[in-house]
Order: sequence, then structure tokens, then C-alpha cells
Amino acid sequence: MELWQNLPVALIILPLVCAPICSVSKPRFSRFLALFASVMASLLSVMLIIRVSATGTSYVYKMGEYGAPFGNELFISGAEAAVSLMFSIVMALSLFAGLRRIGQEIDDSRKSLFYTVCVLLLTAIQALAFTNDIFTGFVFLEITTIAAGALIFVRNKEGSLFAAMRYMIMNLLGSGLFLLGICVFYTLTGHLLFPQMKESVQLLVEGGRYIRPLSVSLLLITVGLAIKSALYPFHTWLPNAYSGATPAASSMLSSLVSKAYIFLLIKILVRAVGLDVFTMTGVNDVIFIYAVIAIVLGSVDAVREHNVRRMVSYSSVAQIGYIFMAVSYGSVSGMAAATFHIIAHSLAKSMLFPAVDRLTEVSGGNENFRDIRGSGFRAPMAGLAFVIGAFSITGIPFMGGFVSKIYVATSAHDYGGWVMLISLGALAVSTVLNVLYFLRTVLTIYRPGERYQLTKDQSTRPVLTGALMLFMLLNIALGIWGMPIMRLIESSIAAW
Amino acid sequence: MLNVIYTHIEEAAAIVLFAIGFTTLLLNKNLIKKIIGFSMMDNAIYLFLASYGYIAGRTAPIYIDASTDPNLYVNPLPAGLVLTGIVVSVSVTAIMLALTVRLYKRYRTLDIDEIAEIVRKEGA
Repeated sequence: MELWQNLPVALIILPLVCAPICSVSKPRFSRFLALFASVMASLLSVMLIIRVSATGTSYVYKMGEYGAPFGNELFISGAEAAVSLMFSIVMALSLFAGLRRIGQEIDDSRKSLFYTVCVLLLTAIQALAFTNDIFTGFVFLEITTIAAGALIFVRNKEGSLFAAMRYMIMNLLGSGLFLLGICVFYTLTGHLLFPQMKESVQLLVEGGRYIRPLSVSLLLITVGLAIKSALYPFHTWLPNAYSGATPAASSMLSSLVSKAYIFLLIKILVRAVGLDVFTMTGVNDVIFIYAVIAIVLGSVDAVREHNVRRMVSYSSVAQIGYIFMAVSYGSVSGMAAATFHIIAHSLAKSMLFPAVDRLTEVSGGNENFRDIRGSGFRAPMAGLAFVIGAFSITGIPFMGGFVSKIYVATSAHDYGGWVMLISLGALAVSTVLNVLYFLRTVLTIYRPGERYQLTKDQSTRPVLTGALMLFMLLNIALGIWGMPIMRLIESSIAAW
Repeated sequence: MLNVIYTHIEEAAAIVLFAIGFTTLLLNKNLIKKIIGFSMMDNAIYLFLASYGYIAGRTAPIYIDASTDPNLYVNPLPAGLVLTGIVVSVSVTAIMLALTVRLYKRYRTLDIDEIAEIVRKEGA
């Protein structure tokens, strides 16, 4: 084992060590520590992805050198490294972009706790990205849920407590189903590590035994994770939770928490169940139907919304639908498209929340459409960031969202039949709706209004500007150099 | 069918308890009852796991002598999973109770619909 192969463990341990120190130190130091942990994690992830893509291999990391069945393992390949890199970078940049608002919106007595929760969240999502063990996945899933709930109710805003309660209730329902699913799965296969589980599942399917319990447990796992990541009928908590939290927390909730759940689902489906079994049980058809409904109705909800922040939140519902639609094809290309869309959407959405916040800040703090008229002139950098994020999510060429939409469409094409027609139809309808609500907002923020002046706002936000610039560069870079990343993800998922 | 339920009485009970807990967490209006439902749901799963992990007549896998027959012992993993799971649910329950205390202090009710009503009025 070479030294660089320890990097994933460092990625999990570093924030885990910082978290308790954060919780007992003064707000200033814990802020420094949280930023330090996330920036260091980004650097370590960059090193990891360079090494993994250079060697082009995957490897299993045995924690403490204990082997199966009692040991705990991490599994590292290109897709995990890419997702982990996205997690670290989004965490660091959303913290930087939301730093000022955290200072304003969160009581001094709770600031240390807020940073503690952020760092814990980073640990949990890194562990979810790398884990090779389904029960470890469950434990970190719950840590993510607790951290995400805390991110919502840490803010003393009207209704944020209630939003957190609804969030927790829905998430606990999802966790319960997921836990029951993995317990049934464990009793069927007798293993907790993904590769061994897959072998047992293959044996069961070949022998034609326990097919129905297998389908039920797979359905429980899938539905549990779908509830937790807000697939359409279970999304009611989402707009309040995202718009009630401080901007940095909104970015993390939309780009890290729900995406970590979906990535875990993809890993379980490919590595522990096997795609042929997934399509055989028919669970993928269930997901497909809900995903299509999510894509269309999430966009319709976003069009009807008059509050910019809630509109951005609703667009997440549609985007989660895209990811689940790509998952439901049950093919390697579909899973790769879903993973790429996770990365593309996270980078765009976590940029939109701070940008929208800045745009409303220069409009007297109002989040309604009629109030933000001309705000793009008052806050040029936030306006530009909003435009780029909106373009990426809509799927304009040279942006990350364009590449992922092409890959989703291609994998739909590979599937063929009615599914392809419905998918392409849903993609078309939702793209039109995306254009409708995002470009309407872009036009609004660049349309002169009589309420506020059109000159640049006097207040400068150097940290926010820097973070937004980095976000924009990443989004454009993902659009232009999307192909190598996609190839890395696809080849590693094919080898899983 | 009845015979299967009779031989797997713990598992059947666990699934019934899970269903009761799940519906309580989903549908009950009272926050405290929701949390009770959550605990019930999780404990039902641990009952399920523990009853599968136990084989009658075998003992705990305590390592005394390397030459002993593995068929005398039960697999320690399910018990380990149950322990881990209990730790997780206790911490989640604590968070939920703390949240309920804060909600009650703020809105003076435990009924989630009434809280929703107050939040909606304050927001408008």
C-alpha cells in the first residue's frame, strides 16, 4: 500500500478531529477551523483524484487491516474521488460565500455549534462517498440527517424550527425504511460489504430463491433514500427548509446532503445489488414514474413561485428528478450520467443560493420578483453568478448542466422504447419550463426598476465575490472539460 | 402461512410494530407521540435483527480457546449492528426531543397542525 492511498481516510478523519475542537472553542477560532478543514479536504481530494485518474485503478482500503466479515472497508475509484472532490469544494466555497450572512443571522452563542455541524457534515458525506459497507452507510446517513437538521434550526428565524421539524420527520421515515431494507437484505445475503453482498444476490437470483423478499428490501432501500433526497411526492419539506436556512446552509443542504444520499443509492444499486437484478425486480420502473412526475411538476411549482429563493429551491425538485430518471435506466451509462449530474447540479445550485442572497440584499432584503428588478446592476458579480448558474441548470452549452443533460438523453436513447420517448418528452418540457423561470429571473434582475437606483451598490463583499468567481470558473470548466471527468466516472462505474 | 408466522413470531411482531411506529410517526399530530412512534419503529427493526441473529442453544462468541468449534456460537455481527443502531436512534431521539422542547416554548402547543397554522399566519 502506498502512502497516497491513505488519503480517503485522512479526508474522513481530518474533519472528524476538527469537529469536537470546534464545539468547545470561540466562534472566531471555530470559523477558522471549519474553513481550514474544508480547504484542506479540497486539497486532499484534488491530490486523490489526480492519483486515482493517473493510475486508473480502484482499490479497497481495509480499516485497521481487519478483513471481511468483521472488518470495515472503504472503496475508492474515479467516481468516488470525483464526488468527494465536489463535496469538499462545495463545502469550502459555500462557507466562504455565506460567511458574512452566518455572522449576521446566527446568534453568537451558536456560531461555534454551526461550524461544528458543518465540519461533521463534511465527515459524514465523505464517509458516505467512500464507504464499502452498508451499515456504515446507515450510520453516516443518520449523522448527515442530524447535521442537516441542525443546519436548519440553528437559525433563529420565524418558522425555521418548524421547517426543521418537518425535515426531520420526513427524513426519519426515510431512514426507517432504509434501515428495514438493509436489515432484510442482510438476513438474505449474510454480508455487509458490497462485493460479497453482490455475490450472494447473484447466487440467490440464479437459484431463483427469495426473489420477492429481495425485491421488497430493494424497494425499501430505494424508497427510503428517495424520501430522504426529496423525490417528488416527498418534497414538501424542501422549499421551507432551503429558504429558511442561512445561504451557506441552503447550499449545503441542496448540494451535499441530498446528493450524498443519491450517490449512496447509486453505489448500493451497482455494487451491492447489481444492475441486472435492479431492472429485473421492477423497482426501476417505480423510480422512473416518480422521477418523470418530479421533473415536470417540480418545474411547474418553480414557475408559479413569486419568491426567488423558493423558486431556486423548487428547481432542486426537478433536478433530483433528472438524477433519479438517469438512475432508473439501470445501465452503466445511466448511473454515470446521474453521477455527473450530481456534480454539475451541485456546483450550480450551491452558487445560486449565495448569489440570490446578495441580489436580495441590495434590494432591501425583499425576495419577491418585483423587488429584485435591476439588482444585477447593483451587485454585478452576484448577477453574473446567477446568470451562469441559471444557464448551467437550464442546460446552455459550455456549462456543466448541458453536458449532463446530453448524457441523460443519451442513456435514455440506449434504453429505447416508450421509456426513451417519455424521458425525452420530460426533458424537453422541463427545459422549456426552466427557461421560463430562470430566464425570466435573469431578465428581471437586469431590467431597470424605479424602486432602487441602478448604480453599483457601495458595499463591497470581497470574500463573497472571490467565492462566486471560483464557483463560476468551476461551472464553466465542468462544461468545457466535462468529457474527461465523464469518462473517468463511466469507466470506474463500469469496473465497480 | 399461519405456521410460518408461528415459527417466526418475533419477525412477525417486529413488522407489525414497525408498521405501527411508521404510521404514528407519519400521521399522528402530537409531536411527542411522533417521537414515540419513531422509537417504536427503530426498536422493531432491532428486534427483527436480533431475533434473526440468535440461534437457540448457542452461546455468545467470547474468545477463550482457539480450538473451540464455531458451531457453538452465534454470529456476533447482528448484535453489534443492533448496538450501533441503538446508539444512532438514541441520539436522533435526543435531537427530536430537544427540537420539540424549543417548538413548545415558542408556540405553546405540541400539535403539529396548530404550529403549522401559527407559522403560516406569522409568515403572511
